[in-house]
Amino acid sequence: MYKYDEIDQQIVDERVAQYRDQTRRYLAGELSEDEFRPLRLQNGLYIQRQAPMLRIAVPYGMLSSAQLRKLGDISKKYDKGYGHFSTRQNLQLNWPKLEDVPEILADLATVEMHAIQTSGNCIRNITTDQFVGVAPDEVIDPRAIAEIMRQWSTFHPEFALLPRKFKIAVSGTKNDRALVQAHDIGLEFYRDSNNQVAIKVWVGGGLGRTPILGTVIREHLEWQHALTYCEAIIRVYNLHGRRDNIYKARIKILVKALGIDEFRKQVDAEWAHIKDTENTISEAELARVAQHFDVMPYENVPAHDAGFDAAVASNPAFAAWVKRCVHPHKQTGYRAVTLSLKPHGQAPGDISSEQMWTVADLADQYSFGELRSSHEQNLILADVKLSDLFALWEKARANGLASPNIGLLTDIICCPGGDFCSLANAKSIPIAKAIQMQFDNLDYLHDIGEMELNISGCMNACGHHHVGHIGILGVDKDGSEWYQVTIGGKQGNDASIGTVIGPSFSADEMPGVVQKLIEVYIQERTPEERFIDTVRRLGVAPFKAHVYAKNEVAA
Amino acid sequence: MSNLIKLNNGVASVVEDDWTLVQLPATQVEERKQAGKVVLFKLTGETTVTDAQIADTAIPATGKIILPLSVFIARNDEIKARIAQGEVGVWLATHELLENLTQHQADLNALPIIAIFVERFADGRIFSLGNLLRTRFGFKNELRAFGDVLRDQLYFLKRSGFTSYLVRADRSAQEAIASLSDFTKPYQGAVDEPRPVFKRYNRGA
Repeated sequence: MYKYDEIDQQIVDERVAQYRDQTRRYLAGELSEDEFRPLRLQNGLYIQRQAPMLRIAVPYGMLSSAQLRKLGDISKKYDKGYGHFSTRQNLQLNWPKLEDVPEILADLATVEMHAIQTSGNCIRNITTDQFVGVAPDEVIDPRAIAEIMRQWSTFHPEFALLPRKFKIAVSGTKNDRALVQAHDIGLEFYRDSNNQVAIKVWVGGGLGRTPILGTVIREHLEWQHALTYCEAIIRVYNLHGRRDNIYKARIKILVKALGIDEFRKQVDAEWAHIKDTENTISEAELARVAQHFDVMPYENVPAHDAGFDAAVASNPAFAAWVKRCVHPHKQTGYRAVTLSLKPHGQAPGDISSEQMWTVADLADQYSFGELRSSHEQNLILADVKLSDLFALWEKARANGLASPNIGLLTDIICCPGGDFCSLANAKSIPIAKAIQMQFDNLDYLHDIGEMELNISGCMNACGHHHVGHIGILGVDKDGSEWYQVTIGGKQGNDASIGTVIGPSFSADEMPGVVQKLIEVYIQERTPEERFIDTVRRLGVAPFKAHVYAKNEVAA
Repeated sequence: MSNLIKLNNGVASVVEDDWTLVQLPATQVEERKQAGKVVLFKLTGETTVTDAQIADTAIPATGKIILPLSVFIARNDEIKARIAQGEVGVWLATHELLENLTQHQADLNALPIIAIFVERFADGRIFSLGNLLRTRFGFKNELRAFGDVLRDQLYFLKRSGFTSYLVRADRSAQEAIASLSDFTKPYQGAVDEPRPVFKRYNRGA
């Protein structure tokens, strides 16, 4: 993965000094609340219900074992001994003290980490597929360009105070796993007819209050122009995006208001002036950064391992884990492994300091000392030999990291919700836990099959509820917490926004509602049909009818 | 005591201001609300100046003056001679369009100063305006930020082409100077240094 040189290190060190002084001025009363807010937000610090929340950047989800070990230390020293992986691949601390944040940043800087632009109205952490570099369906590894874009966007002077937050995702696979259509800018890398690296550029996607899938603004962009073209898009947005209404300030509203053709015209007019200027990426820079993402020093191992095959055959628990948590790999004899942060009955994405240390050790032992976080809020060891899987599983299981539920109903994407977040209308973690307990039977879970259930505690949609096969949204009705249910949402190339099934429910009703949705699916599905496909085939009506049916049993 | 920071060959110091900023007469502005919240920012391109305000603006008879864009355009005949003598600058608010200026003043470098008024420090349009004035319209003279100008935005203003900063009256300009050099080696090319870091340094293999 990318290693800092002196220039990178100097920037994060100077950031620590800058933020230390900003905090000092705030505590001394030299900065008002309103003036300090954007400063702390651009450093990932929110003031929440119980305590501040600090969001630490994990650029495009890549972590070294040393970094995760340090995160374990930091969460032990400055927090309550745990952290939370977010739906944008970052790590959040729920209980740091505002006065401690400069020290936390100094600690992070020792392992080439920071919290720069993890919040605020600026370009946020760039996200990607958690299987980047190892997925068999990958055409281009987009990490080098993602790193170049991370550097370009860091303290970008022109885009320091945009109308609203700005999220970029990159993907280089046939099957999109990075939600490129749900981002302000989505960059889809591919090889063009001349076998050159090119980018399909999506713009104006986003979830939140007004969920909209992105539109293609440019089918073919040469990679050299990634920075200048994004500058053209964001300049048009910076000048013309709405600042008069926070709910209409995202770029998607501007794109819809102008229409994609007019928006494209304005962007192209801007780009005509800045194309080929100095921010054009050079071959040399791409090569310099790309070498950090060279293929791992894989061993030459056979495609099959007798020990592994025997363990699968004889150990059903291991076999179940392999089925759900082990993923195909480009390299013969290797697999990618998801360590589930979704054990039933715990907050999705939470991980203790001890678990962080354990995962760091596992990464060192089995996966070249690197790991990734996913937007589904799990951790991934990307390069594990087949012959190591059983030993890895035993250790992961002993540490509560081997729930065989990846891609199943209980692999719930969930925001921190009303337990922590001051924006939330309703709690989300207790709903996730209750649903996990309702479906705590593994055979039943596996029978239900692939399912994405996403929960957001408010319409800001951090839990991506719009693109969940089942989406749950916390709403406030007269001061009490209710939950609105959508079905038919989906991420990926054939992304869709879910449809609301009807009036909202109380928290107590939610496990039963999900149960009823599953009952309709089990009854109606054709062989091999996934829940999402049944919903797409039948529409919402039969699901709605069953969920809202009056109790038909005679009294 | 002046609160104006000026860059001179890259060195910042607090200096006396020899320009007089000409303001539009105040009008009764009704509070606008959207989604129950007070609207804080004006829309780009929105007309906010009335003919009466333009007519009622008091233009000092002598000295170096910075006029509101609307007055500069509408009453250009009155000030032609003074423009020729280099006594007239122009200021725009962040929601005003640069094209309105360039249509009426083809040679921007006849103006010794252009100033941008930022009503709220969180309004990042000022950075794009600075960039465009420098890189698109070739403006070479003093480019000033005034209004809600605070030290934590100075670094970005400098990188966006601004060369003087009238710090908000209740803050110390002297202390704010330090923030102009928050970062030594910025990553991306911008107005003050068009080359990105990978073209300025050999970052090795």
